[in-house]
Amino acid sequence: MVPTSYFLVLSAVLFVIGALGVLLRRNVLIIFMSVEMMLNAVNLTFAALAYHFLQIHGQIFVLMVMVVAAAEVAVGLAIVMSVIRHKDTTNIEDVNLLKG
Amino acid sequence: MVLFVVFALIAIVAAVGVIISRRPIYSALFLLLNFASLAALYIMLQAQFLAAVQVIVYGGAIVVLFLFVVMLLGGGELNDIRDTNRPFLQRFGWQRFVAVGLGVLMVAGLGYGLVTGELSAVQGDPAAFGQGSVQAIGSVLYTDYLLPFELASVLLLVGMIGAVVLARPPE
Amino acid sequence: MLDYAWLMLVFPALGALIISLFGTRLGRRVVGFLAPAMVFLSFAVAVALAIQLFSLPHEEQSHSVLLWQWMAAGNFSVDAGLLIDPLSIVMALVVTGVGFLIHVYSTGYMHDDPRFPRFFAYLNLFILMMLTLVLADNYLLMFVGWEGVGLASYLLIGFWFEKPSAADAGKKAFIVNRIGDFGLLLAIMVIWTGLGSLRFTEVFEAAPEVWGVGNIAVMTATMLMLLAATGKSAQIPLYVWLPDAMEGPTPVSALIHAATMVTAGVYMIARSAPLFDLAPTTGNWVAWIGVATALIAGTIALTQTDMKRILAYSTVSQLGFMFVAVGVGAYAAGIFHLITHAFFKALLFLGAGSVMHGLHGELDIRKMGNLRAKMPITHWTFFIGAGALAGVPLLSGFFSKDAILYNAFNYSIPLWAIGAVTAFITAVYSFRMVFMAFWGKERDAKLWSHAHESPRVMTIPLILLAVGALLTGYLGLPSLSLIDPALEPAFEAAAGASEGHANLTLELILLVVSGLIALAGVFLAYRAFLVNKDLPARVRAALGPVTKLVDNKYYVDELYNMIIVNPLRSFGGWLAATFDKGGIDGAVNGLAGVTGWLGTQVRRLQTGMVGLYALAMLFGAVALLAWLAIR
Repeated sequence: MVPTSYFLVLSAVLFVIGALGVLLRRNVLIIFMSVEMMLNAVNLTFAALAYHFLQIHGQIFVLMVMVVAAAEVAVGLAIVMSVIRHKDTTNIEDVNLLKG
Repeated sequence: MVLFVVFALIAIVAAVGVIISRRPIYSALFLLLNFASLAALYIMLQAQFLAAVQVIVYGGAIVVLFLFVVMLLGGGELNDIRDTNRPFLQRFGWQRFVAVGLGVLMVAGLGYGLVTGELSAVQGDPAAFGQGSVQAIGSVLYTDYLLPFELASVLLLVGMIGAVVLARPPE
Repeated sequence: MLDYAWLMLVFPALGALIISLFGTRLGRRVVGFLAPAMVFLSFAVAVALAIQLFSLPHEEQSHSVLLWQWMAAGNFSVDAGLLIDPLSIVMALVVTGVGFLIHVYSTGYMHDDPRFPRFFAYLNLFILMMLTLVLADNYLLMFVGWEGVGLASYLLIGFWFEKPSAADAGKKAFIVNRIGDFGLLLAIMVIWTGLGSLRFTEVFEAAPEVWGVGNIAVMTATMLMLLAATGKSAQIPLYVWLPDAMEGPTPVSALIHAATMVTAGVYMIARSAPLFDLAPTTGNWVAWIGVATALIAGTIALTQTDMKRILAYSTVSQLGFMFVAVGVGAYAAGIFHLITHAFFKALLFLGAGSVMHGLHGELDIRKMGNLRAKMPITHWTFFIGAGALAGVPLLSGFFSKDAILYNAFNYSIPLWAIGAVTAFITAVYSFRMVFMAFWGKERDAKLWSHAHESPRVMTIPLILLAVGALLTGYLGLPSLSLIDPALEPAFEAAAGASEGHANLTLELILLVVSGLIALAGVFLAYRAFLVNKDLPARVRAALGPVTKLVDNKYYVDELYNMIIVNPLRSFGGWLAATFDKGGIDGAVNGLAGVTGWLGTQVRRLQTGMVGLYALAMLFGAVALLAWLAIR
């Protein structure tokens, strides 16, 4: 029997790796993948706690996150495509329309 | 326990692989590995249905989508080539150190809290949890969560339309 | 049936709404039919209500119609409700009845005006507001009507706003009225703080117990109401706006500035009779202000040459008479005079409008003469109106003015004496108009030759109003009066106070005296303006400086300009130049500058580097975590 906290620590580690990926990499695609990993880490937390408390609702939440993630990836990748088409780059630093 | 350690290590290694690979295509494959090991962990957490969905949606759909994009954009050409050419250590070096520092801090904080803290032992209804089976999830999903479920379908539809509109070549 | 009183308000509201929204598209014919029709429907409802109401026993002749709860805040709550009692229904009858005739007349008078629909939208709005004023069952709703008629009056006086004088007159009316409105608002606050209610019935029930006679609060409230009434009803010191208001179209002068709106002050005092009964001092003030106004305005009317201005000063003067009545506690007499005055003064104004129509805008009576040959209907109806105004025996003004003078005599002999002198002056100036404009020889042959009678749509209302001016007086025959008992439920307290000791002999003697006074006035006018034409000039020469004073309307406008308007204006100039430009603008510009500077500084944070933003987010997450851990 694996203690629940192990799962939680694992998900924290995965989350932080994902976050570092977002922060350290410049490639839009990889940043995107890192975001997916962060979502997965959170999903793991939900599943672990659902098991811990024997509450099915946690798993429902994971399902919802997956749905949102799927939609997000579809739209996000479409945005990436059009950005690449316009700017001819995947480097996040070249996309700075938000500069004040 | 052994299984947990094995899959946890695979997940962590794959995650690190995702963020340090030079080429996006390797990253995508590492990502697939990461998702798969998480699916295994879900089974250990009595979430068989989630594990299946994880493989189908993340492994099957999302990673494939990433791969498609990578291929479409020219595969290996789209590596992080500028990352190495730029003198980013001078320009953005402090950012990276700060990011890593913060990440370590975060893991430390969470780990400390989780190891020292006590999770309350309040237990739910094992019968209702039903081993995380499709039946247990379905009965809740189609009763208590009917509205969010339907909304999710709308969200997916909107996402699909949005993707089509955005990806359409300019006229 | 009484519960349907709100219908009276609905019709003019609908009319105003439809005409203002679609007026230009509907065309003149539809608008010219719709606007009078709406007022007529209101009139019909008022008649039905009146029949219903007067068939009830006296004690039940006060009916409240709750429309909805208007506002409630803490223990302050006001309902929008209507009070149907003899006083309000009589007022509603006058407003809608005279209003209907004037609407019909206006369809002829305004026929060629480019802003025809707008005019009728304003007129319907005015009827709506006036009905709100007279039907309201609490002070606050009455105040809404009070402001609303002020607005309608402003819009209509300045209807021909291309003329600077008309625009100025509108502003003057509005601003002067504002002073009075301010008084009414304060009075409402005093009543609320003192009695905790604004409903007429509750206020009048509570006032004698809470305040009692001569209490300082009731004195304050009634004096403030008197201020309001002097504004709306054009009494000293706020009467200056009414003569200028003649810049508006003539039907407006007839409807608003003679028959209805200006009597709102009298109505309000009559409505608040139980409060004024508690404040005899204020009543004294009301009466003396009224008689002073009557005399001063009457003398000014003697020397004016513009027909509408004569009528305007005469209105001020007659309103003074009504003030005398309500001031001495003879509320029924005041309302009686209000009704008869509404008829004959509306008639006179419409007659003047008809003359103006026939003479292409000429109003100077020195250029008229012998118009009776050209405009027989206008002449006869005008003659009847002037007779009623002068108080010629057996016409309506005779009875109502006599009722006032009789009550004034009971109150104080000097008051009566001044009133009688004013009645004499009234007779002189009203027949001066008749004799100079309609009789004698034509003075301006060219003008005269072009004169013509007005169309039927204008003369028929004149005839109907003339019938009213002839007959309404018989509603209030001494001791046979229908008015006094009819209004009695509204003035329970007052009826016992001043009309209890009716003295028929005295009343008859005074009746004869005032009849003689009126006839003497008419005779003097006949001598001076038809037979012995150099008499006026000699009188003017003999009086010298007094003539000059009266000719210039006692320099009241100049005085107000000197002591109020000009100091205020220079103060305003100083404020604009020094305080506003230096102080307020400086502060505002300074604030804007500081904000802009901060903005440019903060702007640097927005690098556009998404990575930095994400880093900031992570930093926030870690900080949150740290806080949770430490806590």
